[in-house]
This record gives sequence, C-alpha cells and structure tokens, in this order.
Amino acid sequence: MEDAAADRDATTAEPSLRVRDLAYAYPDGTQALFGVNLTIERGERVALLGPNGAGKTTLVMHLNGILTPGHGEVVVAGLPVRKDTLREVRRRVGLVFQDPDDQLFMPTVREDVAFGPANMGVRGEELERRVRHALERVGMLEAIDRPPHHLSFGQRRRVAVATVLAMEPEILVLDEPSSNLDPASRRELAEILRGLDVTVLMVTHDLPYALELCERSLILSGGVIVADGPTREILADAELLAAHRLELPFGFTVPGPTTVRDLHAR
Amino acid sequence: MAAGHHHRLYLPGDTPVHRLPPECKLAAAVAFAIAVVATPRTALWAFAVYAALLAAVAAIARVPPGFLLRRMAIELPFVAFALALPFIGLGERVAVAGLSLSVEGLWAAWNILAKATLGVTASILLAATTEPHRILHGARRLRVPSLLVQIAMFMLRYLDVILDEMRRMRVARESRGFTARDLRAAPVLARSVGALFIRSYERGERVHLAMLSRGFTGTLPALDDRPVPPAAWAAALSLPAAAAVVAALARTLA
Repeated sequence: MEDAAADRDATTAEPSLRVRDLAYAYPDGTQALFGVNLTIERGERVALLGPNGAGKTTLVMHLNGILTPGHGEVVVAGLPVRKDTLREVRRRVGLVFQDPDDQLFMPTVREDVAFGPANMGVRGEELERRVRHALERVGMLEAIDRPPHHLSFGQRRRVAVATVLAMEPEILVLDEPSSNLDPASRRELAEILRGLDVTVLMVTHDLPYALELCERSLILSGGVIVADGPTREILADAELLAAHRLELPFGFTVPGPTTVRDLHAR
Repeated sequence: MAAGHHHRLYLPGDTPVHRLPPECKLAAAVAFAIAVVATPRTALWAFAVYAALLAAVAAIARVPPGFLLRRMAIELPFVAFALALPFIGLGERVAVAGLSLSVEGLWAAWNILAKATLGVTASILLAATTEPHRILHGARRLRVPSLLVQIAMFMLRYLDVILDEMRRMRVARESRGFTARDLRAAPVLARSVGALFIRSYERGERVHLAMLSRGFTGTLPALDDRPVPPAAWAAALSLPAAAAVVAALARTLA
C-alpha cells in the first residue's frame, strides 16, 4: 500500500482524469464513441450530460478498463489504462452503478463494502477501519450488519457509494445517481456528495441535480463532447439543450449567477 | 421481504450455541447425522439418547419446541413414504388394530422416520442459531469448493430480487386481464419464465461488471479468518462425540 501512496503523491499534479481521442465501436460494428476529449482536474465535480444513447455508459465503461478503446487513451491521475495497470486503475476509479442491486452482491453490507479493499489486499483492522469510515461518510454505519436487500432504495444507493469510497478512489464516477430516488433521498445523497473531498464525474440527465452539485458540465451527444463549460451557462442555453434532446423540467428556470454561487457555498 | 428482518429459519439470539463459530456447528451437525445413520435401527434406547441430546442443545440455544416443530414440515414427504412401507412391505406380518402390517416394513418405516427426524432437527437447530451467510462462511472455511460457496451466496443474495421481479411480472400480466385458468395459459407462463431467465442472466452480467470494477480476480477475498479457539471446537464437537459413543455402544450390543 505504501507504493500506491507514494505513486499517488508523485501524481498530484496530474489531472484526475484525461481522455484523449477516445473512439469505440461495439463488436457488432455499432460505433458509439467518435473521438472523445476531456480533462477533469483534481477536486472538480463535473456533470456528464447527454440524451439516452449518446454513449455515456460506453464512455464510463472505458474509465476503469471494462471496455478497451478502439482508438485513443484514458489516463487516470497520470496512469494510462492498460491491461497491466487495470488493478490500480480500478482502485483509482470508483464506479457507482445505476442499480444498487447490481452493485451490492454480498450477503451483508459489511462484506460488500469490504469486497473492494479486500481485493486490493487490505486485511484485518485496516480493512475494518476502511469499511466503517466509508459507511460513516455516507451515514450508513448503523446498517453495517444488515443484508442489502433489507435496506430502502435510497439507503442501498448510499451503501453503493460507500463500497466505492472504501477503495479510496481518485475519482468517483456515478451513473445516474438521482434516478429512482424520492426527493428526500435525492437531497440526502446530494449533501453526502457535496461533503466528499474526491473528484466526481456524475453521468445524468437530471439537469437541476447537475446544477446543484457541479460547477462544470459536459454534454456528450452522438459520441463526441459537444459542450464543456460552467453548468449554469450550459443550462441557460436553450438552443444547445434542445439540439441534444436535453430539457429543463417544467417550471424550472436557471437561477442567476449569485444564487448559484450561494448554492455552491452551502 | 415478506420474510421480515431475518431469514425464516433463523432465530436471533445470543446464546452459547449462537456464538459458536459456524464451521464448528456445521461440522458438528454433519458428524451427528453420520453417527445417527450408523446406529442399528433396533437400538431404540440410542435414538432416545439422541433426541435427549438435541433437546439439550435446543434448551441451551433457547429454541422453543413450537419453532422446531413448525419447521419440521419439510420432512412430511419422507413421512408419507415411510407410512406406506408397513402396508407394502413383504415377509412376516402382524395384525395391528385390524390391519395386517409387515414387520419388516414397520422396522423400515421406523428407521426412516427416526433417522430423518433427528437429522432434520439437527439441521434446523443449525439454521436457527446461524445466519445463512455465516453458514456459507463456515462451509468455505471447511474447504467446501469455493465455486459452490459462491453460487450459494449469490442465490441467497438474489433470491428476493428475482422473486420481486417475478411478482412484478405477475402483476403486469394480471393487470392486463390475464388469469391462468387451464393448459392454454401455459405458453404465456412459459414466455414469462423465459423473460425472467433472460433478465436474471443480464443482471448476472451487470453484477459481474460491478465485481470487476472493484478488483475481482476470480476468488472472493477471505475475510475474517481468525483461527477458531480449540474450546469452541471442543464445545461444538461434544454433541457428535456423545452421539458417536452411543452409536458405537449400540453397534456392539446389537
């Protein structure tokens, strides 16, 4: 583990994530990504917006090496994603899947949160410390000995975030974090995410949620990044949104710059 | 989720039996069953001793008799089979309450009933004092092949998820006016089963992706591998040890 820590210090200057000219076609020939370029600096919270079928999930699958790029490269905190770096890359990139039932596969919450760090070779007291700390950060410590299927949906999503936090990732990648959550769970999750000191990439089409949590947004459409800028400006550009099948909810207006700053200052 | 907070077979508690490491209890239950099966059926006293031993365990574990009895329903198919034996058995016959019964059949029925009941009771006691996932941990530490343990573990985790999915499909069918009346409904039900299979298969793929994302390399990491104190083994194995002595005695006396 000391090696990994030293490795990490040496790469502090590197951005958390750099994707260069990433192109990918599925084995059946469907081209999903046509040269994606993006950089996410350390500590940033970025929303990746895009309509269904834009290639968001395909892009996410490249970030921790589940899919191998047809062209281009993905670099996580200075470490290129390759066969021989997969193990460390998967530690650095924490993927939270959309359906917590897919993510939580062990019989109890404790074992599930321990799964990732244990695969990295963490054992004993250090493992227990990591599990408890990760659960504390999402406010689910009291559920440590419960089976995941006895938790509410919102609680399961929070535990899913903890399973990834326990690996002490460089960047947290969330696939539709607000989907299927009731308003209170949605707010609780936002509070938790805002309190974490990790880089976050949030894939979503919940535009108000992106505005609430991320200063910067990217729009992925047709397999390329078509917009990159402050979330408030992107959401205020009705033409841009309409061109990429994105819409603000009924009755929602983008608040002025001062209000947004207040929002982030909370 | 109809099962409430705990598995139907599990009885939460904090007794010496609950606290024993799962692998000790698992080994004890299996060894006990072997001792029971090895006992000659004519040694009636031996079976009484076995029953007394289990009653003692149940008392220590604070498992009420009613709880045990209700869960013994699983044994009923064997009972039905055993009850038929005295009628269909061959050889010497005796008249009981006007019925002509085969002596050999009676002994065979007694043999099945007594041994099955003792084995089932021991298993229920194991399940009542050990949460299902802990039994699997015990199995793994007893060197049961890891693949089998993993399959059982995923079954335990996803059974409720799949049952929920099945329930939703049934509600969707019935909401559109479907009722399974006769054989003509079979194709619809068959297609539902097929759809459920495909959904579960796809879920399996997603779960595998989630496992890979967290550094899965093919074997589940062994957590909590503290060595078991000898005292725990001694306590757990006292049950099968007593049973083994009884079985040996019964065999020499027979």
